[in-house]
Amino acid sequence: MRRDSAIGNGLAYALLTAVGLFLILPLVWMVLVSFHPSKAAVPELKDLWPTAWHGENYATVLFNKELPVWRFAVNSVVVTACVVVGQLLVTSLAAYGFARLQFRGREFLFSLFLVSMMFAGTVTQIPVYLMVRNLGWLDSYAALIVPGLSSSFAVFMLRQFFVQIPMELDEAARMDGASEWTVYRRVVLPLARPALATAAAFSFFAVWTDFFWPLLSTNSMRMRTLEVGLSVFKNSYGVENWPLQMTAAVVTLVPLVVVFLLTQKTFVKGLTVGSIK
Amino acid sequence: MKRRGVGYAFVAPAVVHLLVFGLVPIGFALYLSFFKWDLLRDQSPFVGLGNYAAVAQDSGFWKALVNSLYYTALSVPLGLAVALGIALLVAKPLKGLAVFRTVFYLPSVMSQVATAMIWIYILLPKSGFVNTVLGWFHAPNETDFLSQVGWAMLALVFMSVWTGLGPRMVLFLAGIMGIPDSLYEAASLDGASKGRQLWAVTLPMLAPTSLFVTVTSTIAAMQVFTPVYMMTKGGPLDTTDMVGYHIYTTAWRDFHVGEASAQSFVLLAVVMAVAWVQFSSQKKQLEAYSAA
Repeated sequence: MRRDSAIGNGLAYALLTAVGLFLILPLVWMVLVSFHPSKAAVPELKDLWPTAWHGENYATVLFNKELPVWRFAVNSVVVTACVVVGQLLVTSLAAYGFARLQFRGREFLFSLFLVSMMFAGTVTQIPVYLMVRNLGWLDSYAALIVPGLSSSFAVFMLRQFFVQIPMELDEAARMDGASEWTVYRRVVLPLARPALATAAAFSFFAVWTDFFWPLLSTNSMRMRTLEVGLSVFKNSYGVENWPLQMTAAVVTLVPLVVVFLLTQKTFVKGLTVGSIK
Repeated sequence: MKRRGVGYAFVAPAVVHLLVFGLVPIGFALYLSFFKWDLLRDQSPFVGLGNYAAVAQDSGFWKALVNSLYYTALSVPLGLAVALGIALLVAKPLKGLAVFRTVFYLPSVMSQVATAMIWIYILLPKSGFVNTVLGWFHAPNETDFLSQVGWAMLALVFMSVWTGLGPRMVLFLAGIMGIPDSLYEAASLDGASKGRQLWAVTLPMLAPTSLFVTVTSTIAAMQVFTPVYMMTKGGPLDTTDMVGYHIYTTAWRDFHVGEASAQSFVLLAVVMAVAWVQFSSQKKQLEAYSAA
């Protein structure tokens, strides 16, 4: 394949590298600063490489007395795991129903999911908060988990994948006496593994980095997630304690980077699903 | 037919969840917007369209809306142009493109709070990255970008270009690679120059991708919250107070949840109107190309 508008290979690599550095250097800076002495001011660029590596910053941050970062981390892990697993189950069941079963009102019900995607966000935040408060769930795992147990986007995306799997496979399994549950569990799910991985990755990143909802629905240090804890950390340490702030930021980001590297192939593929028909 | 009932069973959990956390809240928000509902008071009298009238007369809200539109009008075209430009330059089957794609993508999956903290550093007076570089050239290096009228908004715009560059580039690269070679061959047989091919083949064929990027970026930009909360708190002098943040302060600092609900519907109406304009203008363009 040739693209005549494109420039020479060498220049293309140079440009890609420049953009890559532009995007990645701030992250490298963050990691380097996290190893500076904890009481230090922001290091000048020329002093960026630590003269001594203060790895104990990580212990200081994780086991901080006033800000229990390890507790934030546990909360983030519990909440993210529950939401990702729950959402995958709920949305894949629905996607199976919408893609492969006939029932009255199917198109109408599916369209409701599309409508709700337009309203997501600002409009529903206040009523959902009031509902959760009336249920007595504020500042609990229930508040952090239950509203995330389904996602219109995931239902939509999984359905688009499921309709592409040949129907003959279902029919053959049913001939053999398989129940719908068996068809779902033994035929469709195994074939849809890439789609499920994409959905899981999307939901992982969305939940792990969610800031607004945990900020609203929790208020005790015991229930904060890493993302909210990080913002508290910034406010309570101010600008004077950059190395510790950056250490906290690295702690928040490491799981994201690991999961991203593990899933990025399917992730990038999934991203283009919505745009290219 | 027994499969009919089974279908309902499969979709039931998601549908119930959608009703409880998606659809009922929309109705509840509409209901709330007709009441003078205050989180700290027991009584919430019905005020009809009173909240909407209050929003209409609230100069702070309109200023926030103008700020949001300004932010969107800067960040969306700039983010799109930078991503498209670089994608066009590098769109060739290069070895190792996957590695670059990984690197490009990374900033966009990061936590917004951590990103904001890094950008606060980049923009610090004197020791921050931007001011250090300015210092090398003996330019003034003590500007506190985040507390200067004008600069603060531009800082948020640049940050959004940085965050969005990777995913947008990945989308455009996929779009460019998907254009059939036969179109370029036909164009060069007709004697079209390289520049002409860019205008007549590449850009029109990227129209669906551009539309997708524009609409999703616009919706996100109009509701931006976390960077404002972390970096400027709407300041200086409310110049970065955008609607997403303004609604937050109305609801959770002033506790006027009825009025905040009305504000959120006004925002929704504006977002839908802007998206509709983008869709219909794009549609005209697409039709013009297919007719030509």
